[in-house]
Amino acid sequence: MSSSPWTLCDLKPGECGRIVSVQGTDSLAARLLEMGLLPGEEIEHIGTAPMGDPIEFSVYGYRISLRRDEAARVQIEKQP
Amino acid sequence: MSQPAATVALIGNPNTGKSSLFNALCGGNARVGNYPGVTVEHKTGRLSLPLDARPPSSSTAPIEIVDLPGTYSLAARSADEAVSVDVLSGAMSGVRRPDAVIVIADATNLERNLYLFSQVVELGLPTLLVLNMWDRVSSSGIKVDPDGLSRQLGVPVVCTSASKRQGITEVRNSLAALLQSDQAVRASAIASRPTAASGFPEIFQQETDLLLEWLVGSKVAIERFQVQRLLIDTAEAHVHRSIPDRLATDLRSRLTEARSRLSSAGVPIPLFETKARYAWIKSKTAGLIERPRQRPATWSDTLDRCLTHRWFGLLFFVLLMFLIFQSITLVARWPMTWIESFQGYVASGIENLIGPGPLRSLLVDGVVGGVGSVLMFLPQIAILFLFIGILEDCGYMSRAAFVMDKFMASIGMSGKSFLPLMSSFACAIPGIMATRTIDHRKDRMVTILVAPLMSCSARLPVYILMVAAFVPDIRYASGWLSLQGIVLFAMQSLGALVAIPIAWLFKRFLFRGEPSTFIMELASYRWPSLHVVFGRVWERIKAFLVRAGTLIFVTSVLVWAAAYFPGDHTAVDTAIRRWEELKASAEPNQEELVPLETSINLEKSRLIEQSYLGMAGRVIEPAVRPLGWDGKIGVAVLASFPAREVIIATLGTIYALGSDTDENSDSLKEQLQGAQWPDGKPVFTLATAFSIMVFFALCAQCASTLVTIQRETNSWRWPIFSFVYMTSLAYVGAWLTYNLVSLWIL
Repeated sequence: MSSSPWTLCDLKPGECGRIVSVQGTDSLAARLLEMGLLPGEEIEHIGTAPMGDPIEFSVYGYRISLRRDEAARVQIEKQP
Repeated sequence: MSQPAATVALIGNPNTGKSSLFNALCGGNARVGNYPGVTVEHKTGRLSLPLDARPPSSSTAPIEIVDLPGTYSLAARSADEAVSVDVLSGAMSGVRRPDAVIVIADATNLERNLYLFSQVVELGLPTLLVLNMWDRVSSSGIKVDPDGLSRQLGVPVVCTSASKRQGITEVRNSLAALLQSDQAVRASAIASRPTAASGFPEIFQQETDLLLEWLVGSKVAIERFQVQRLLIDTAEAHVHRSIPDRLATDLRSRLTEARSRLSSAGVPIPLFETKARYAWIKSKTAGLIERPRQRPATWSDTLDRCLTHRWFGLLFFVLLMFLIFQSITLVARWPMTWIESFQGYVASGIENLIGPGPLRSLLVDGVVGGVGSVLMFLPQIAILFLFIGILEDCGYMSRAAFVMDKFMASIGMSGKSFLPLMSSFACAIPGIMATRTIDHRKDRMVTILVAPLMSCSARLPVYILMVAAFVPDIRYASGWLSLQGIVLFAMQSLGALVAIPIAWLFKRFLFRGEPSTFIMELASYRWPSLHVVFGRVWERIKAFLVRAGTLIFVTSVLVWAAAYFPGDHTAVDTAIRRWEELKASAEPNQEELVPLETSINLEKSRLIEQSYLGMAGRVIEPAVRPLGWDGKIGVAVLASFPAREVIIATLGTIYALGSDTDENSDSLKEQLQGAQWPDGKPVFTLATAFSIMVFFALCAQCASTLVTIQRETNSWRWPIFSFVYMTSLAYVGAWLTYNLVSLWIL
């Protein structure tokens, strides 16, 4: 499996990334993929909740909320 | 009702406007129940379609629409998803297999919505794909080619804007065409339809065949799609339901072996399915969906930045909750007065028709006094549900979950617990049922156990009665802020505040374990659909009226009987008849009237003392005395075990029976204010009123909630646990309150 030094947690508000892989083979990984967090998709950090967690992302044309622990499962490469 | 000519299932992701489409197709005539054995809501509606192929042309035929729970996938992780698969495959007992299925998809987010479609289409039913929110497609710069999609996917495609009722005729026509097509044509169309599963790896197909052969050989009626789900869904939600117990152990070991063979062959379970399906969707939609390169700035995003802002978001949330509870007291005041005067009108009408005696007492004191005092709270309940309906439908509820998640996680739940808990402010039953969306079992258990602490609408009548009778009506800020409203807000918040440490304790000591997840779609804000919002308000009002007409009616009559018998009422009835004659005469003889009133009142309170209820009151009085209650309140609380709001009816009946025959004190509020201990001191002080309110804030006086907990947890252990912990909490809380408020007043 390809690995990247970055995960979704490393994106700052307004920054974009491209998904490289979702780590693990459990049902959490399956749910993340089902929701469209597929390798190759572009993903943008939209904003964080008042207490810093969870984070809102834009992916596949819609908004999804992920906790930091879940976002850390998604490896990305940063994009300008 | 007549047998429908056909049954059609409606399925789709959450937030696709499924309720709007259902309402647009069926009108307001939905029937809501539960599936047998599981508490997944079973909502059906009817529409008429011209099915000309049925000779002799009977013009229209009734079609039943089954609304399935909103879901992203048929992978059975939760009860909702398992039910959808069972209904669609005809395995749900008591529900006939649908003749067709409508998949509704959000056209602005089509690829992800097609994931569910790709699973549904494999069930082998005639399928119609509805692309909803079509009005938003062009405004957000997206291009979708519905005809191309229809060719590629092999199903008819219709575009709608269900909340504006656009495209509904086309849905009806396509559905009619689908249902009246020739059996053979239909079968060949389904057989030639492309499916993602046909592209699954060869080894997976072989394992499916192997398992299918064994199950069919063991006389299990099962389809290929279900066997694939057995292989893929490691959560095992299906194994228990569609497979007989005798095979369960054998099946589990076969599944484990098959999965390990698959993963060593490079087909990881469950991940390969998502990858294969999305690859299929990509190939089918290639060139048919175009998105703008730059993500357009939407007003929904701008609004989101404010409503989830660090400070403003929290402030907005608190202000909103405060506004809701203020308006419940202030706005509902007028309709309540109307209901109250109507109640008085009915009572005096009965008194004119029927002379004094048991029948009149039953009707006036039991039925009108009991059921009527509960009906009084209909306006508040309607307003509360109106607010909840609007917040849910406009998309704010999921933002509230997003804002609250960190906090909810710190006390042992998740942001997803927030919506169930919020609905529990209306009623714990839909709230507990809504916990099914929480995929994490331990979070879900904690949420179920604290949900009944949220201040439900049945507590509202108790608070309103006590607050109106015993909290002075002081206004601040030139009349916009009332002290009564503030106390009401405090009482409504109490249960939620107590729930914080309780949830933390439960999570810490009862449900320790791995952390939960919070993967949630934040759908775009939209104007709430009036049809959907008012439909929900009406459903709740109907449920409340049914309860008032059945459970509360029966309890009222029983309480009346307990308070009326076994005393001999002949003397008092004769006295009342004489008193009414005197009152009716042109110039009442005051010298006879006044002593007559006194003797009637004495006789009435003597009768209620001697009644079964009076006896029960004396027995339990020592137990409730520390809370500042008298025996009557104790009895009323005992009688309200089936449902909290019954206490209003019970107090209404008890005090109507024992009340002074003085036409100025006809309302329950005034009767309570006038109630006295034998030594002449008032029964209800501010301390007693608060003690009763705190007791009701924390107690588990609701049989339906306990039954719901039993069904949702599938064990009697948890409802018993809930009852014991909440009643202890309520007793201690009421005792503390009574003593503290007494100290503070003195």
